[in-house]
Amino acid sequence: MHKIIVTPEEVKKIAKLANLKLQNDEVNLFADQFTQTVDVINELNEIDTTQIVGTYQVNGLSNVTREDEVDLSRVLPQEIALREAKKTHNGFFVVDRLIDSDAEELL
Amino acid sequence: MKELHELSIKEVLDGYANKDFTCVDLVKHFQSRIEKYNKKLNVYLALNENALVEASNIDKEIAKNGVTLPLQGIPFAVKDNFLTIGMVTTASSNILKGYRPQYNATTIERILSAGAVILGKTNMDSFAHGSSTETSDFGPTLNPWNLGRLPGGSSGGSAAAVSAGLCTVALGSETAGSVRQPAAWCGVTGFKPSYGRASRYGIIAMASSTDQPGPITRFVEDSAIITEVISGKDPYDATSSPSPVEKYIKAISTSDLRGVRIGLVKEYLLPNMRDDVKNLILDAADKLRLLGATVDEVSLMDPKYAIGVYTVIQRSEVSSNLARFDGIRFGHDRDSLCEETKRRIMLGTYTLSAGYYDAFYKKALAVRTKIVDEFNEMFKSYDAIIGAVSPGPALPLGASKNQPMFGEMEDVLVEQSSIAGLCSTSVPCGFVDGLPIGLQITSDQLHESKSLMIADCFQRNTDFLKFPDLNETI
Repeated sequence: MHKIIVTPEEVKKIAKLANLKLQNDEVNLFADQFTQTVDVINELNEIDTTQIVGTYQVNGLSNVTREDEVDLSRVLPQEIALREAKKTHNGFFVVDRLIDSDAEELL
Repeated sequence: MKELHELSIKEVLDGYANKDFTCVDLVKHFQSRIEKYNKKLNVYLALNENALVEASNIDKEIAKNGVTLPLQGIPFAVKDNFLTIGMVTTASSNILKGYRPQYNATTIERILSAGAVILGKTNMDSFAHGSSTETSDFGPTLNPWNLGRLPGGSSGGSAAAVSAGLCTVALGSETAGSVRQPAAWCGVTGFKPSYGRASRYGIIAMASSTDQPGPITRFVEDSAIITEVISGKDPYDATSSPSPVEKYIKAISTSDLRGVRIGLVKEYLLPNMRDDVKNLILDAADKLRLLGATVDEVSLMDPKYAIGVYTVIQRSEVSSNLARFDGIRFGHDRDSLCEETKRRIMLGTYTLSAGYYDAFYKKALAVRTKIVDEFNEMFKSYDAIIGAVSPGPALPLGASKNQPMFGEMEDVLVEQSSIAGLCSTSVPCGFVDGLPIGLQITSDQLHESKSLMIADCFQRNTDFLKFPDLNETI
């Protein structure tokens, strides 16, 4: 398996995707560290996994559903749900404008 | 005569029933110890201001009806990633500083219904991202055996609380090693139930496909009692197992291990492991033989591959789970995440991104299948496998600095079992350089009884459970 080098430019792109702001020294630090970590991950290519199906879930449960009915025990009263928010308005959470905003596009 | 903080759950309940002491006495005893030692050890981040009122109510109830509940008046320390109404919950991260949960974790509801009194919330690696408790935004917890050493992590505060006698028992949570490794480094017992055995609802998520709460206690018996209380199907956690919960406490009471088949994993005796650590594991295997078990040397995939699998799966799930911390509905903005948290979110974003998803994420899931298959084959012939929990004893403070994979490397011996969702006990098996070493006893999914039974029998027939002399270390 060929060596993969994670560049500072890639780190900046990942940070944007992850909605994180990095300091310049963090960009270079993470680029070096991610390259080292990917080296360890790359060792997995020593193992033959042709024809092997991946395991997402280990205890065998699948498609656990419930009736589509309102269950009040799963619902928080509005004032409790809003209690920890910094900005609320008329019983809603306030979020920053995304559409038609000056913020640069996410991708 | 044992001191109050040294008692097991059963001894506390007997003490209440016999009117030797009250719950208020016990809570006051722990509060005075916390007052004396917490500043130095940095175990508790927040204390329950109502603990004495709750204790007094429990005393009244016991005076009226006697002891009727399995954890009645048992003082708990709880890791700070369990949501608790009335107690600030931060997961040791500044992004949740001051956060007052709107609901209780299911495990919290269950221990409270069983009569528990929560003393306070314990320090941990920030968002459980680590194996040292050094990534906490509120400073590291110190190991009660040696203040220059780490307690392990991520449930380092809970393990140190039990070791230092600052609670009767504790709750921790594990993604890969976060109950077992700090228990080993602090010289106490830790039990990780099978994936899905206990509900994850209300525990701040790290990697949802392996996260699992578990008890940290001095005695294996206490871990069995707590596991019985917290286990079972929870409608709020779709991955919780519908299988009936066994009566662990009945299952573990055995005087010998005749007929029990144990595999000693030769790959878990790492080439770079100190001989004195290896010898403690080999001695433990001999002890299990003396107790009647058959112990064979067995072979599994080199645990180094579990590091890669676990790193990819965990980082990927972290990147997804921590997207919800946006400062809109609760908490502060993402600038308050620590470096380690940012590193994990970003590596996970990378492994899930276009172009790398197949090479990294799907590859890791395929190797995970191979690990699961190996265990399935192993448990056709064995009741449990054993090995060390950690490659060595507690490392010095600062050891995790500039080590972007510190946790993954330290947890090399417990990642396979976590990835496969197995249950496993960490039980003290000796000391090197005055620091405790832990033995892992790992059984198949939903075979909690086997792991706990072997660990309990080992503990009752050995003398490795000790209290550090805090007057000497502090």
